[in-house]
Amino acid sequence: MSASRPLPRWADIALLPALNLLLAFLVSGLVVLLVGENPFHAIQVILYGAFGYGDGFGYTLYYATNFIFTGLAVAVAAHAGLFNIGGDGQAYVAGLGAVVVALALDQTHWLIAMPLAVIAAGAVGGFWAFVPGWLQAKRGSHVVITTIMFNFIASALMVYMVNRVLKPASTMAPESETIEVAGRVPQLRQFFSFFGYSPVNLSIVIAIAALIGVYILIWHTKFGYAMRVLGANPTASRYAGISNSKMIMITMTISGALAGMVAINEVMGVQNRLVLDFVAGAGFVGIAVALMGRNHPIGIALAAILFGALYQGGQELQFVIPGITREMIVVIQALVILFTGAMEGLFRPSLERAFMLLSPEQKSEAIAVSTAKPES
Amino acid sequence: MDLAVILSVLDATIRLSTPLLLACLAGLYSERAGIFDIGLEGKMLAAAFAAGAVAAISGSAWLGLMAGMAVSLATTLLQGAAAITLKGNQLIAGVAINMLAAGMTTFLGQTWFSQGGRTPALSEGGRFSPITLPFANELAGVPILGPIYSELISGHYLLVYIAFIMVAVTTFVLYRTRFGLRLRAVGENPKAVDTAGISVVKQRYQAIIITGLLCGLAGAYFSIAQGSGFGNNMTAGKGYIALAALIFAKWKPVPAMFTCLLFGFLDALQIRLQNFELPVIGVVPVQAIQALPYVLTVVLLAGFIGKAVGPKAGGVPYTKER
Repeated sequence: MSASRPLPRWADIALLPALNLLLAFLVSGLVVLLVGENPFHAIQVILYGAFGYGDGFGYTLYYATNFIFTGLAVAVAAHAGLFNIGGDGQAYVAGLGAVVVALALDQTHWLIAMPLAVIAAGAVGGFWAFVPGWLQAKRGSHVVITTIMFNFIASALMVYMVNRVLKPASTMAPESETIEVAGRVPQLRQFFSFFGYSPVNLSIVIAIAALIGVYILIWHTKFGYAMRVLGANPTASRYAGISNSKMIMITMTISGALAGMVAINEVMGVQNRLVLDFVAGAGFVGIAVALMGRNHPIGIALAAILFGALYQGGQELQFVIPGITREMIVVIQALVILFTGAMEGLFRPSLERAFMLLSPEQKSEAIAVSTAKPES
Repeated sequence: MDLAVILSVLDATIRLSTPLLLACLAGLYSERAGIFDIGLEGKMLAAAFAAGAVAAISGSAWLGLMAGMAVSLATTLLQGAAAITLKGNQLIAGVAINMLAAGMTTFLGQTWFSQGGRTPALSEGGRFSPITLPFANELAGVPILGPIYSELISGHYLLVYIAFIMVAVTTFVLYRTRFGLRLRAVGENPKAVDTAGISVVKQRYQAIIITGLLCGLAGAYFSIAQGSGFGNNMTAGKGYIALAALIFAKWKPVPAMFTCLLFGFLDALQIRLQNFELPVIGVVPVQAIQALPYVLTVVLLAGFIGKAVGPKAGGVPYTKER
């Protein structure tokens, strides 16, 4: 591979992911065929369900809000060379911060409750990621393994907290008290009737702010530069006088705080209480979103909307075509991770060769290379 | 607690640690060869589904077992193609496998059997039955040793005995054979292995094939031995506990067995202590016991109780210099 030149930028950031995505959808289509349904009909249903009418589009945006947060969480860590697989757990425990503040302030006004809840959820989610970061920085334990473990610890902790601490004695269902209206995040449907009954809420504004904030942080601050140096070459960053362990801890905290914002959307915007398992795998979708979005906020926003559309369209799908259940979306998601993430190298070599042959000044060189060294 | 209660908890311990042990040994082969495997959960789940489905249709536990192993192997090879041949990120490959299995098993289960993702209940021959070891019934009357032999050691499924035999086999293979030496070598220093004229890629594929087969056994245990038929997300995170156990055991087979027994014991204890009231604490928070394996692993990883250092070349795809 040493002979091949790097791909042009547009091919690297757009063409290659598009090809991988296409392959993921192609395989998903085959799965749909396998169970005897028509994949084109399925696509049609998904597209209509996700974008065709106000309610559906609102749901798409509501799902996308979660995925923007978790996608950014994975991306921020990835820029520093860390794989935060614990977004699920971080978002889950952040629910504690959100619900405590919301319940305490639900007699005031959402303009007071929401910012404070954002801080609280961010702090708790950030803490849940800081500990693995600290363990990696100071004790050398691998952040991937510790964040996986922390997902499970979070889930045990939350079952305990909800059942033993937050649940009012009067209710049977494992959930916290209901947040009064003043403590809830306003719904977009209150301003635009277009959204019908969909739960998309002002959290999406936080998501957009987070996208911009992460863009500025990573590409326009000294800290972001240090992060990227660490991600590219830890040894170089140490020689440049950057404290790697400090960077790891701060980056993980930011990552966890971003994941924690899911709690604002879910607890204060949709459920209006803390329920068990409210994260519902959004942390893992974040991995797919970050991979597809190439860890860039624009890419993440697009990928989050794509997955939001798949989730919403998938709901619709199981009503229209009973043969296809919601889990089909999990399959598609897995295939996207597989092809755009793990099998990223599938098309790259042949694409690189194709581009060499296409550009005239490189053509002779390419032919010389391909005849001298057949691909092994 | 009297002997009967202790025996029943220990008996449950053995039953619950068996799939952990099989998956843990599976991960051991892969990780000692330098392939991080966080996809154990997915492979087990896929195998559990395949075993449950085939056993239900064919009525044969053996066919089910073979199907489970075959599907697990195929899944492993897909993961291997990404992680070894295409030099992709091993962790991401594992995540993808877990998600793929979770989605596919429920999706296909629902479309094929229309029972909410479950496979049909198994007939008599579709499920492995417990094996009674020789003289178990005759010796049951002997005080203390009798019940231990007849309750604790006898009367388990075939896969339970296989799991524990595999500990000895793995120890032998890993430390006493040429294959094992090479396997450990590709996990520590693949370049040296390559220089000696041995194919790193081939060696790693051989390792993950064993991983796939063992995960198949572990998965089949869930649906056609312990349970009767596959249920949604049947493995319930056991693959991750096995991963934790592997780290806890510092990637060694015999410690892996003891760690899996410990984690299995915690699981058994937790089931027994549901709604159980202790004198001082009140109702035992079972969640604390549930979280214990993970907490212990984190504490170990942090180096507070010994140091867990994995295979040196783990997680790095091998690229031959040109």
